[in-house]
Amino acid sequence: MLSVLSSIMRIVEIPMLFLQHKLGINRLAWVFLAPNLILFGVFTFLPIFISAVYALTGGDKILLEDRPFVGMQNFRTLGDCGNFLDPDTCRSDFFWRAVWNTVWFVILQVGFMVGLSLLTALILNQKIRARGFFRAVFFFPVLLSPVVVALIWKWVLQKHGVLNAVLEGVGLEGHSWMLDSTWAFGWSVFLSVWAHMGFYTLILLSGLQAIPRDVYEAALMDRASPWRTFRRITMPLLAPTMLVVLVLALIKGVQTFDEVFAFTGGGPGSATTLIVQYIYQTGFAGAPRLFGLASAASMMLAFVLIVLTALQMRANRRSFNG
Amino acid sequence: MGNVWGFLTRTRRGNGRMDWTDWVTYSYLFLGIFVMFAPVIWLAMSSFKTEAELSRFPPRFLPYAQETMAVDGYDEPLALFDIQSGEHAGKTLAQIRRVGLVAQMVDPANPSEKLRVDVADREPLEKLSFAWENYTELFERFNFLRFFWNSTFITVMATLIMVLVNAMAAFALSKYKFRGQTGVLMLVVGTLMVPQTVILVPLFLVTKELGMLNSLWGVIVPGAATPTGVFLLRQYMITIPDEIIDAARMDKASEWKIFWRIIIPLSAPAIAVLSILAIMWRWNDFLWPLIVLNQSEKFTLQLALNSFHGEMQTQWNNLLAMTVLTLLPIATVFMFLQKYIATGIASTGGK
Amino acid sequence: MKLKLSTALAGATLMLAAGSASAQEIRVMCGADGNGCEIWEDILTGFEEENPGVDIVMDVVPYNAILENLPVQLAAGTGPDIAGVTDLGGLNEYYLDLTPYVDADYWNNSFGDFLNWYRAGPDDTGIYGLHTQLTITGAYINRTLFDQAGVAVPAADADWDTWAAATREVAEKTGVEYPMAMDRSGHRIAGPAISYGAQYFDENGDPILVDDAFEAYVAKFVGWHEDGTMAREVWAGQGGNSYQDASKEFINGELVYYYAGSWQVGRFDEEIGDFFDWQVVGSPCGVGGCTGMPGGSGLVGFKQTKHPEMVAKALDFLARELNYTEMTARTRNIPAHLGVAESGVDYVDASDTAAAALNAWGAQLPKISPIAFAYQGHPQNRAMFNITVQRVTQAIVGELPLEDAMNRAKDDLAAVLAETK
Repeated sequence: MLSVLSSIMRIVEIPMLFLQHKLGINRLAWVFLAPNLILFGVFTFLPIFISAVYALTGGDKILLEDRPFVGMQNFRTLGDCGNFLDPDTCRSDFFWRAVWNTVWFVILQVGFMVGLSLLTALILNQKIRARGFFRAVFFFPVLLSPVVVALIWKWVLQKHGVLNAVLEGVGLEGHSWMLDSTWAFGWSVFLSVWAHMGFYTLILLSGLQAIPRDVYEAALMDRASPWRTFRRITMPLLAPTMLVVLVLALIKGVQTFDEVFAFTGGGPGSATTLIVQYIYQTGFAGAPRLFGLASAASMMLAFVLIVLTALQMRANRRSFNG
Repeated sequence: MGNVWGFLTRTRRGNGRMDWTDWVTYSYLFLGIFVMFAPVIWLAMSSFKTEAELSRFPPRFLPYAQETMAVDGYDEPLALFDIQSGEHAGKTLAQIRRVGLVAQMVDPANPSEKLRVDVADREPLEKLSFAWENYTELFERFNFLRFFWNSTFITVMATLIMVLVNAMAAFALSKYKFRGQTGVLMLVVGTLMVPQTVILVPLFLVTKELGMLNSLWGVIVPGAATPTGVFLLRQYMITIPDEIIDAARMDKASEWKIFWRIIIPLSAPAIAVLSILAIMWRWNDFLWPLIVLNQSEKFTLQLALNSFHGEMQTQWNNLLAMTVLTLLPIATVFMFLQKYIATGIASTGGK
Repeated sequence: MKLKLSTALAGATLMLAAGSASAQEIRVMCGADGNGCEIWEDILTGFEEENPGVDIVMDVVPYNAILENLPVQLAAGTGPDIAGVTDLGGLNEYYLDLTPYVDADYWNNSFGDFLNWYRAGPDDTGIYGLHTQLTITGAYINRTLFDQAGVAVPAADADWDTWAAATREVAEKTGVEYPMAMDRSGHRIAGPAISYGAQYFDENGDPILVDDAFEAYVAKFVGWHEDGTMAREVWAGQGGNSYQDASKEFINGELVYYYAGSWQVGRFDEEIGDFFDWQVVGSPCGVGGCTGMPGGSGLVGFKQTKHPEMVAKALDFLARELNYTEMTARTRNIPAHLGVAESGVDYVDASDTAAAALNAWGAQLPKISPIAFAYQGHPQNRAMFNITVQRVTQAIVGELPLEDAMNRAKDDLAAVLAETK
């Protein structure tokens, strides 16, 4: 396998060498980028562009050519609000409920997610016994499908579930977790951290490998306090990976949908309806399928995310530029 | 505070003795087993339960089924009950049938005499029973090997293409200086902003125009360039010291050779992580294959798994069995690949 | 055993089909509950024998694929030849009219009004779909709990208040958790609302959804959630337009009265077994009758198929009285075929309880109100179901006062009608 791979690479080297001479080293970068950019262009940028055009059309037809152009009407429908802080004054009240739910959800979820995965990665990076096993333990939930994740936690949290059985066993009172808006919301955050924490832990774990061991040994020689070692060595050297985690956690947090939807359906009422669920139910699962409105909502979402990410990157400019 | 950070960041002093920081570490890990892993074990246990046992609450950890016994004079085996109170208290009886609140029962030792028992007096006698049929039914229902092959082919090809293409792009974005560099990177990260659900339909239309519907390549190619992969690898590669590359250029190594011989091996931890993620994404992907592939001979395991979701009902017993089966291969791959995320590959001075 | 053989055979034919390009391949997209797809496949083997060279392939998919992906695939022209659908009128533009290929009189006489559900409007006389699964909504009771409590089961013409009082008494005396529950679905609540006088459509036949009678029934329904009559978990535990049933609670004997529908018979039969006696009691009565909602799914052929004649003939094959009877008996459904219904179906493999329940559901059919029939056949019914579920839930959980929720529902419907004009 490896020898096949390396002979392929040697064959690829011939045209690459030719291009290197032709273009010079720095313009060769575009050659390295080309396959990715072509794939992106066709399978990501183009569909996003088409979605943006959908946002300007109305009706319930699927093909773009059958849909009437309505200009900014979808955006006006979404933005028609007496007071943005009170969804009941908005024409699209479910959209705004979803927006505010998502804001709270992301604040809680990203905080717990990044904190816990950093802690876990640091622990799993040590020389512990059965390290491979423990890494698998924390990564396993990532492998489960959202539907199964939701099923497991419903078993735990339903009225006659495991948690209530345990609580009653120790003399406490059970609770209808899923009927209480606040608890349902809290458990949704927990569930989504549980399901995705392993993903970020793994990324951070790879980042920790980039920190040369001799730096730590030097710190140990200097009898630097562990807290100082963490602040002065681990954090700065982990910063580029940390940026990946922060950016991805934020973006994916805002886009949380599957597992929470399978878990609560967005309820009770609309207490856990997140913005992507709104988009999904408006444009795809609902009736009629309002692709235009759904696309408009996702364009607004994308705009907010771009602003947030740009701010994040600006704040971490050092780790971004290497 | 300092001590907590101490145990988190310290490299072990190598004296083999467990100090209290080790206790904290292992407590955290065992808490992890309980919170992260126990539910997965439960899931595996549940895959051996019958549909009726799954509907039951409160849910139980182990699969049980009612004990039955063949009794003389009855064709079908009869269900056994412990009688808790009343006239026959303390006996184990077999039930012939139940009408309303009264059960007609029989003592297996004395099968000729029929007894009447109040239903409130009896408790079903249960034994551990694994519903292997949840698994065997899968092989009867599906062309399992074909689906397995399709899934494997898609996963392997897509992961190879993805890692190579993303690593090339990440190399260009981390180790070269050219105009438009930041722009390209922003564009790459920017594509993460639109949720996948939204571009599903436009992407379907594009893929259709390219004639890739109903082909495994239609699943493999569109997902090959992921912004996550580029971003992740790029951020890792910028930590690789430039001096190593400069030294190689001095030795007249071609750029491709630097990429292939130096950058790739040095990025092993990040590539291992991306491979794990790519394999997981492809193997578990379901929304996209579902719309691209509509002929069952092209189906993947995930499509088969999800076909247990009906309109009004979901066959959880089969679905869970299928989940466990599809989980095994990637769990194995994970155990194998995680070794490459090992400590201390890179050090300041290069190799 | 027979099933195993059939799947094995199908597997073998599938392999062979790859080799012979001349074969006419008919693709059926199937997302039915339970083993519905296998049963169709099995019966269609007879069709393949009658028509050498025709190969019918079942592509079993999750139900969501039929709801969400099939319309996209059809719009793009890449759909299957036949599919089992539930959005009967909504996909009409893609349907293949079977009239030229089949005996139209036989179909019209056999399936009567059910054919309307597949049509574009009152002027459309095409034959598009074979209604394979007819469902009726209505209630089940846990008979054993009634007996234990010593409470008489209300008469067939009892109204909701009578049932509510009786089930509360049963729950109280037996210590069971929930007196009543209804599936979280706009389809389920429609029958009771119509029974209580809701009209759903105005004189011109345009949808109105909310009228005084509808609002009055919803007010009662919300009240039952407040006083603990209805299991809150079902409606109040969910959001959006997610479907939620209460079959687990019923199967576990924690629920006295469960308003669901005929499709639950198979599951109850299998999973309740001997645990308690259950029976079908249909729908409670009101000024608008004692109606449930009809529904279900059917097989349709699509215009884009390359083999329209074979598609039509395959559906016609299943519509034959003998085959239709076998299909109905094995999938444990109520027949939509009038001839089959008249001669009765012998549910061979079903237990006595299940067979009795299925026949009890069949007997509910004549009670269905014309409004319920019209609602089921309306192309915007799914939109109306969703609006109902979302807004009624808001009233139940207290996100909106009832009146505001109903006004919102009216606005939602107006917006939908404007978009789909």
